[in-house]
Amino acid sequence: MALDRIDPPPSSALRRRLLQGMAALPAAALVPPLLPHAARAAGPATAAVNATGLAVTDDAVTVGILHSITGTMAISETGSVEAEKLAISQINAEGGVLGRKINFIQEDGASDWPTFAEKAKKLLVKDKCAAVFGCWTSASRKAVLPVFEQYNGMLYYPTFYEGLEQSKNVIYTGQEATQQIIAGLDWVTKEKGAKTFYLLGSDYIWPRTSNKIARKHIENHMKGTRVVGEDYFPLGHTQFNSVINKMKLVKPDVIYAIIVGGSNVAFYKQLKAAGVDLSKQTLMTISVTEDEILGIGGENIAGAYACMKYFQSLQNPNNAKFVPAFKAMWGEKSVIGDVTQAAYLGPWLWKLTAEKAQSFDIDKIAAASPGVEFKGAPEGYVRIHPNHHLWSKTRVGRARTDGQYDVIYETADLMEPNPFPVGYQ
Amino acid sequence: MFMGYSLGDLGSILAMQGFAGLVLFSVFVLMALGLAIIFGQMGVINMAHGEFMILGAYVTFLCSRLFAAYLPGAFALYFFLAIILAFCASGLLGMAVEWALIRHLYKRPLDTLLATWGLSLILQQVYRSIFGAREVGVELPGWMMGSTHLTEQIEIPINGLIVMVLTTLITLAVYLLIFRAGWGRQVRAVTQNRAMASAVGIDTERVDRLTYGLGCGIAGIAGSAFTMIGSTSPTAGQLYIVDTFLVVVFGGAQSLIGTIASAFTISQARSTMEFFLSGSMAQVLVLLSVVGILMLRPQGLFVLKVRR
Repeated sequence: MALDRIDPPPSSALRRRLLQGMAALPAAALVPPLLPHAARAAGPATAAVNATGLAVTDDAVTVGILHSITGTMAISETGSVEAEKLAISQINAEGGVLGRKINFIQEDGASDWPTFAEKAKKLLVKDKCAAVFGCWTSASRKAVLPVFEQYNGMLYYPTFYEGLEQSKNVIYTGQEATQQIIAGLDWVTKEKGAKTFYLLGSDYIWPRTSNKIARKHIENHMKGTRVVGEDYFPLGHTQFNSVINKMKLVKPDVIYAIIVGGSNVAFYKQLKAAGVDLSKQTLMTISVTEDEILGIGGENIAGAYACMKYFQSLQNPNNAKFVPAFKAMWGEKSVIGDVTQAAYLGPWLWKLTAEKAQSFDIDKIAAASPGVEFKGAPEGYVRIHPNHHLWSKTRVGRARTDGQYDVIYETADLMEPNPFPVGYQ
Repeated sequence: MFMGYSLGDLGSILAMQGFAGLVLFSVFVLMALGLAIIFGQMGVINMAHGEFMILGAYVTFLCSRLFAAYLPGAFALYFFLAIILAFCASGLLGMAVEWALIRHLYKRPLDTLLATWGLSLILQQVYRSIFGAREVGVELPGWMMGSTHLTEQIEIPINGLIVMVLTTLITLAVYLLIFRAGWGRQVRAVTQNRAMASAVGIDTERVDRLTYGLGCGIAGIAGSAFTMIGSTSPTAGQLYIVDTFLVVVFGGAQSLIGTIASAFTISQARSTMEFFLSGSMAQVLVLLSVVGILMLRPQGLFVLKVRR
C-alpha cells in the first residue's frame, strides 16, 4: 500500500529522463518500453481488483465524465469538466490508480435530464465505467440516481445542493445545505450584529430548501433574529426592480440571496443601478461563485459576502499548486469556483478509495469510502463521512471588484455533513 | 405590510415603484416592437427573435472590448456606437435570413415557426462556439450605472432612464416610418392586401425584406440596451421570448398601438403584483389573466381589419 504511493513519482521522473535520453541517444530506445511496465506491475492483478466485470485491464481503468457541454447548463458545468480532466491527468502523471492508467469516456448530458439518465446507463452498461464523475443540477442527479442504483455504479457529484438525499452509489463532494448555510448565518449575526433577514431565491428545489433551513435557523436557533421577507422568482427572471423597492422599504440588515443563472446578472446589475451600496447594505449569497461573477461583472457585486467552502484566492500550499496547474491546462483567464474545486476532488477521492479497498468493485468502493482522507485538496483537508458526504470547512468571502473573493472567515473545525437535519425540515 | 412606516417612506417607495413600472413598460415595448413588426405586418412567427436580441448584446460586448483596448478615452461614449452597430448587425442578419429562409415560407406561416425555431438553435450554438458557453460580462461606462438622487429617499436608476429614452425615440421613429413615410404606406398596403399592393406596382419582396430587417434590427437595439439590466449568454434570448410573444399576442398581432397598450397593462400589473406578492405568484396571476382575457377576446386588445 505504502509502496504503491511512493513508487510512481520516481518512475515518472525516471521515465521523463529516459525519454529525454531516448531523443538524444537512439541506442537507448530498447530499454524504456520495459520500464513503465515494470513500474505498473507493482499494481495488483486484474482479477483481484475487478471481480465484477468493470472496464479494467492490466494497465488501464475506464471512468466516465457526464456533464452538459451544450445547452443552458453548459455555462456552469464547463468548469467541472475541466477540473475532472485536470485531476485525471495529474493522477495519471503520478502513475495512475492501483498501477493502472485512467482513461475517460466523456458524454454530454445536454442540459436535458432524460439525456443524463440515458447517457448514465450507457456509461454503466455498455462502457462498464468503474466510476462516473458528473451531474451538476439536482434535477440531473435525481434523473441518474435510479440508473446508478439499478446498475450499481459509482457517481461523484460535485455541486453544493439541498441535502435530503443519501445513496450507496453516490459520493457528494460539494456541501449539503446545512454545512453551507448555518455557519454563514452565525457569522453574519455575530460579526455584523444582524437582526433582520430578507430571503430571496430562484423558484426551484435548491433555493427553497436552503431558505427553509435558513429560516428555521434564524427563527429557532439564533437569538433575537427574524425573517422580514421571503420572495421567489421564476428561473430566468430578469426584472428585480419591484423586489428591490420592497427591500428598500423594509430595510433588512441582511439580504440573503440564492438566485441562480442569468437572473443573477440581472439582479446584481439592477441592485447597483437602484443605488443599493453593498459596502453599506450587507448581502450574503450562497449561489455566486467566481464563475458567476464573470457574467455579473466584479464592479456590480463588489462588497457582497458569499458563503461556500472554497474560493480561488484561498491561501494554502495545496491551492498554491492547484490554481497554477488549472490555469496552465485551461488558460490564464479561467477562474475556479466552489463547484469546480469540488469536481476536482472526485477523481482523487476515488483513487484514494480504490487504493484503500485494493479493488475497483463498486461495493468495495462504497464500503471503503467512509473515512477516506484527502490531504491534497485545494480547500484543505477533507474526509468522507459514513453518509457519503464530505467533512469540510465553511468559509465566508467578500467579493472584490476584480471578480475574486477575499476570504475573511473560516470555521475552526470541519463541518459535519448532515443531509437529513433534524429540526430544519 | 404598511404598518410602522412613515408617510414619507411610503410616498418615496410609491414613486420609485411607479418608476420601476415605467421602466418595465419600456423594456417590454423595446423587446416587443421588433416582433410586432415582423409578426403583425408580415405574419411570420419569429421564434429566433431572442437570438437577434442577443446578437445585439454580443455586438455591444465586442464594442466594449475594442474601445477598452484601443480607444479608452472614448469608452464613456462607446454605447451609442454599439447601439447603431447592433441595429446594423441584427438588421443585416435578418435580411439575409429573410432571403435564405423566410421568403420561401410566406404561404405557410406555421412552418415559419419551426424554421425560425431551428434558426434560434443554430444561432445559439454559433454564439456558444464563438463566445463560449459562459456568460460574458459587458463592462459599461461608469456614468451608466448607479442612480440619481431626486430627494433624500427617491433614487432613480440611470440605466432605467436610458432604456426609457431609447424606447421613446425608437417608438417615435417606427411610428414616423410606418405611418408617415411613403415606405410605411407600402408596408401597410402589403399587410392589408398583398396581391393588390403588388398589382399597383409595389415591390412586395423588397418591402418584406426591409420590414423583416427592421424588426430584427430593433431586436438588436433591445439586446444592446439589455446588457445594462440582464445577462449576455448564448441562451439569454430565451429569457425574453415568452414575455415578448405575450405582449404582442395580447395586444392584437396587427396593431402597433395594441402592442404598446398591452406592454403597459402587463408591465403595470406585474410590477404592482410583484410588490405585494412574490415574484412567482405575480407571474402566475399575470399569465392567468392574460389567458382569461384572450379567451373572451381572442383577437387581442386592438385589432385591424385585414384581408389576406
